[in-house]
This record gives sequence, C-alpha cells and structure tokens, in this order.
Amino acid sequence: MTPSRQSVPIDKGVPRFAHGSRVPGWDTPADLEKDPATIPGVGGSPSVEVPAELRAEIEAHMALYPETRSASLPALAAAQRVHGWCSPEAIEQVACVMGLTPADLAAVATFYDMLETEPVGRHSVYVCTNISCSLCGADALLAAVQEAVGEASDGESKFNVRGFECLGACDIAPMASVDGVYVGPLSIEDVPALLDDVRAGRPVLPEKQLARKRVADPHANTQEFPLHEAEGGA
Amino acid sequence: MAVSATLDGEPILLFKDIDEPGLNTLGVYEARGGYASLRNALQMSPEEVLAQLEASGLRGRGGAGFSMGKKVSFLPKGTMDKYLVCNADESEPGTFKDRELMQKSPHMLLEGIVIAAYAAGTSRSFIYIRGEYVFQADMLDAALAEARDAGYVGERILGSEHSLSLVVHRGAGAYICGEETGLLDSLEGKRGNPRLKPPFPAVQGLYQGPTLINNVETLATVPTIMRLGGAEYAKLGVETSTGTKLVSISGQVQRPGNYEIELGIPSREIIYGLAGGPPEGREIKCWFPGGSSAPVLTADDLDVPYDFDSLGKAGSMLGSGAIIVVDDSTPIVDLAMKLAKFYRHESCGKCTPCREGTNWTVKMLERIDSGEATPMDLDIMASVQEHIIGNCLCVLGDAMAMPIGSMIAKFRPEFEAHIESRRLEPVHA
Repeated sequence: MTPSRQSVPIDKGVPRFAHGSRVPGWDTPADLEKDPATIPGVGGSPSVEVPAELRAEIEAHMALYPETRSASLPALAAAQRVHGWCSPEAIEQVACVMGLTPADLAAVATFYDMLETEPVGRHSVYVCTNISCSLCGADALLAAVQEAVGEASDGESKFNVRGFECLGACDIAPMASVDGVYVGPLSIEDVPALLDDVRAGRPVLPEKQLARKRVADPHANTQEFPLHEAEGGA
Repeated sequence: MAVSATLDGEPILLFKDIDEPGLNTLGVYEARGGYASLRNALQMSPEEVLAQLEASGLRGRGGAGFSMGKKVSFLPKGTMDKYLVCNADESEPGTFKDRELMQKSPHMLLEGIVIAAYAAGTSRSFIYIRGEYVFQADMLDAALAEARDAGYVGERILGSEHSLSLVVHRGAGAYICGEETGLLDSLEGKRGNPRLKPPFPAVQGLYQGPTLINNVETLATVPTIMRLGGAEYAKLGVETSTGTKLVSISGQVQRPGNYEIELGIPSREIIYGLAGGPPEGREIKCWFPGGSSAPVLTADDLDVPYDFDSLGKAGSMLGSGAIIVVDDSTPIVDLAMKLAKFYRHESCGKCTPCREGTNWTVKMLERIDSGEATPMDLDIMASVQEHIIGNCLCVLGDAMAMPIGSMIAKFRPEFEAHIESRRLEPVHA
C-alpha cells in the first residue's frame, strides 16, 4: 500500500511524501492531532459513534477467536465496506469496538494491499500484472482499463483500477478481479463491456467468469458435466 | 484397492469428477463417498491415523515439501491448546491449484482438516484464505455451515470424543502471509511479519501454542490416504515423492490450467503432452518448475522427472507445483524485472538483506534497461543475490535471489547483449 508520492522538492530532489519523509508514514490514515496511543472510550479518552451494524459485525468476528485481536483484518474489511476506505474515522471506530489503539490498526491497514488507506472508487478492478498474466499481455490490458476509466480517476471516479500481484488465476490470463469476481481471459476489446456491466450493476462478463471454467485436465472427470452456474455479483 | 486409472495410467484422485455440479454441497459429496474416511478414522486411535499418514509418505504440497506425517508427529502430546491452521493463502505467482479445490470440492478440504486435527490432537482450527479469493471463501463458509449442521465439525464429532472448531479467516492481500510464521502473525491480527525459527510452529505457533500448518492440497489429500490406506497411496509416484500432485501450468502454453499427475513423470510430458507446449512456431526459452520462486530451468532440462528430489538435483525445486513456461519471444531482462518488482513490493521489510536486496536488484535492472549499466553490474547483481540467500528470517528474499541468480547464470550472454544494445541506443535518453 504505497500512497501516491507527491514530489516535494527539498534537497537533491529526492521524492518525498507530503510530510517531508522519504518513507510512507501513517499520517495518511490517522489524524495526527490525536494521540494514537489511546483507545477511544477507554481511560477518559472520548468515545466515538460506531454504527450499530458495524459494531455487531466486528463483535461477531471477535467472538470467533481465542484472542479478540485476531479479528482486526475482518473488522477493518467490514469498516472499509461501510466507509469506502480505512479512513481515520473508520480506524477509530474499529479501535473503539476492539479495544485497540488506532495506531495498532493503522499499522495493520497499511500493510495489506486490499485495505485502502486513501479514498478510492467504490468498484475495485484489480488487473493481475504478475508473470503469467504479463506474458499474456496484462500490461497493455491494465493501460487500456486505466485509459477507459480515464479522466474521472481523480477521486470522483466510481472505479479503483489497480495493477495487482498474482491473483491466482493464471489459467485465464490475462485476467482481472472486478469487485471480487474473477474474469478472463480478457482482451482489450472486452474493456468497454466490462466497465459498462459494472456501471449498470449487472454480473460482469458472465461468459468469461472463472466459476464457469472446467478443469483443464482431460482425465479429471469420468463423464461430461454441464457447466457450473456463473458467479453472482455486481 | 482400485484407483481410477486413465488412458495413460495416471491415477486421478483429487480431481475425480471435480466438475460435477453440486459437488460443493454436502449431499453430492456424501453420495460420492464423502466423509466415509472421517467415519473410519474416528474408529481408529489418533496414533493409528498418524501411522497411516506417515506410511503414505505424503510431502507438503505448499512449497517446502516436508513430510506431513513427521510434521504432525512433532506436535507435543498431552492436553493443551493446540491449533491446526490450513494455509489457503495461495499467492505464489503461477499457482492456482488450491483455488480449484476449494471452489469445487470444499468438503474434501474440511474432511481432511477434521482427520488431521484428530491425528494431531487439536481442538481449534483455522483456514487462512487469501482475501482475493472471495468466491472460494464464500464456498468454504457455505460448506462449513453444512458440515457443522451434519455434525462433522463441532462438539463431539459423530459421537466420538473428538471436538473441533473451525473458522474461515479471510486475509487482505499480502504474499508474505503465505509464509507460515507470517501467516500466524496475520492470523493474530498483526502485520504479517515472519518470526524467527526455531521455535518452529509445531512447538510454539499460533497464540504461542503448538500449531500444525498445512497447505490446502496436503490436507485435501488426507481423506484419499485414509480411503486407500497409507501403504497403498505410497505405491503411487516414486519412492521419495509419493502420490499425485496438482500442477498449475501457465504462461506461454497452449492449454494452461490445473492437471493432476503422478509424481515422477517426465516434465516434458506435462508441458508438451498435457499443456500442449508453447504457441505454434515458438520454442521454450525457460520454465519455472515450482512457482516464480524456483530457479529457472531451460529446454535442456525437459526430461527431468517431475518430483521433489529430481528437480532438486537439477538445481531447482518442485515448490508449489506451478509450472510457468516462457517462450523465446520474451526478453529475459523483462522477466527478471517483473520478478524483482514483485518481490520488492511484497518484502515485509523486517530483514535488511531482503528489503534492500530486492530494492537494489530492481534499481540495477532498471539501469540495465536504460543503457547506463556495464557487464560488471551483472556480477554485482549476482553477488547481491548470493548475500540475500540464507540471511533472512524467511525465504522471501531467497525466492527472488534464486530465480534471478539462475537467470544471470544461464542467460548471461543475453543480459550482456541487452546492456550493449541499450548503451548504444538509450531508451530514456
């Protein structure tokens, strides 16, 4: 999770983050005005409002583990679904429910690729650009998707287009994960239809969804089976 | 015991009728003999189950290839909080075999977990699945709910003394969480930084308790072993690599996908026979036998038998069983760059040789590509790789150093030609 580097010309023109450091800090997801070492609502520090549904979901996750801290990934993911990204507000809310400091959770959120620490578009389009996919033309595909999403990409966009590390679907290379639904093999001609499907809330390219794909091994099945139902999703 | 043999005599165990509609539901899975192995296992003592696993010679399918039976036996005996963790964070580039299993036959994995937990004496288990596998995690959750209702998971399973809780834990996208100790930290709700070993997880793992960690395919093979019997299973494959293996073939081949093979068949048969070889008119330049972390082999190595020890002798490894084929249309420098950038992005930053080594390798490759390098840079780059290997807590750095080192060793003339051509015609002038 690398926040976009804003080049601040200090000495020698080394690219620096807005806070002047050459390494990404955690000032982006958290509010520097607040003491990150206090747990909201504990020891006199002000509590924060947490939506009841989010609180219930986080508490349900916490109940599954011998140590409640284990729930921090599912909890942050749940907060991200509510807030759109792991905003300082979202992290405060999770911290309040889990009894952790916001710093603990910000450290976790910045580590994982799927937890966003900057505002992003609602619909994620992860284009796999790892070896197998790039051997099959993934870099051109990513460029095409980015171009098609286009100018609106500056925060206003509905899309969060990213080149992603191996998504584990090299048999349908080049491929993309659109809001968690795997589609491939994609050609550049598929891009407009893909984006239209997302905009219209339809299942994305149903014929190209991974769920419909049979095992490649010709010896795998003792008989011909009909195709699987496609993955749902919008 | 009958093994469904096919035309070429390859036994199909995990992939038998994998595409049958509804195999992901309990009804169909039970109709195909599902959970019979669990019933049998619960009639035996945990020691007898363990003996079957050891007799099978099953080696871990996740990458390291360590004997599964031995791993189970390393867990201390006695009553204490012990854990079983299924590693479903399949993020090694080129690997997608576990995805197919979890999506189409989730109950096979659940059954394997319950049996393995019985042998190891654990009462809590977790499946750590990578966050990108949304559909597969949903499938597992649905299957788990069915299995719980049917009494295959939970308190006093099928009336026995064995109890097991199971949680499907979704990750959030980090390659390093496929490393077993990084996975444990992530499962504890922290950043996925690997831990110092020893103590190994079997002694001190999740929540400091003894923990058995196995790959999806390893655990999914357990019901088959119990059905056939360990000794019968060991007859498949070759002496030190028994059984069948799911192989994911991708890259520049005609029929990419998952294939179930008997270990020990020639690699050529997999790449050309099953996957159809490279596209018309192209030749194989190099191939990764076990995911992008394995040192590359060339067209000269195609007759190496595909098993753990033969590939090791050939200077590479079987790893996760992911073959990536690269044909002669791809420049080796591009391939090295792709690899190095991936490992730079995924290095957790805990150990200096890996954090700095991956970064500097990318910078040196960029220099080669921009025409500012000299052939001496190749020696520096090779020495950086050597200094990463064995000097970190985990093998992520090694996973870059080994393939890049092997590329420099095997394709040095091409690197040198690339340096020279870019020096004469700089791209970013």
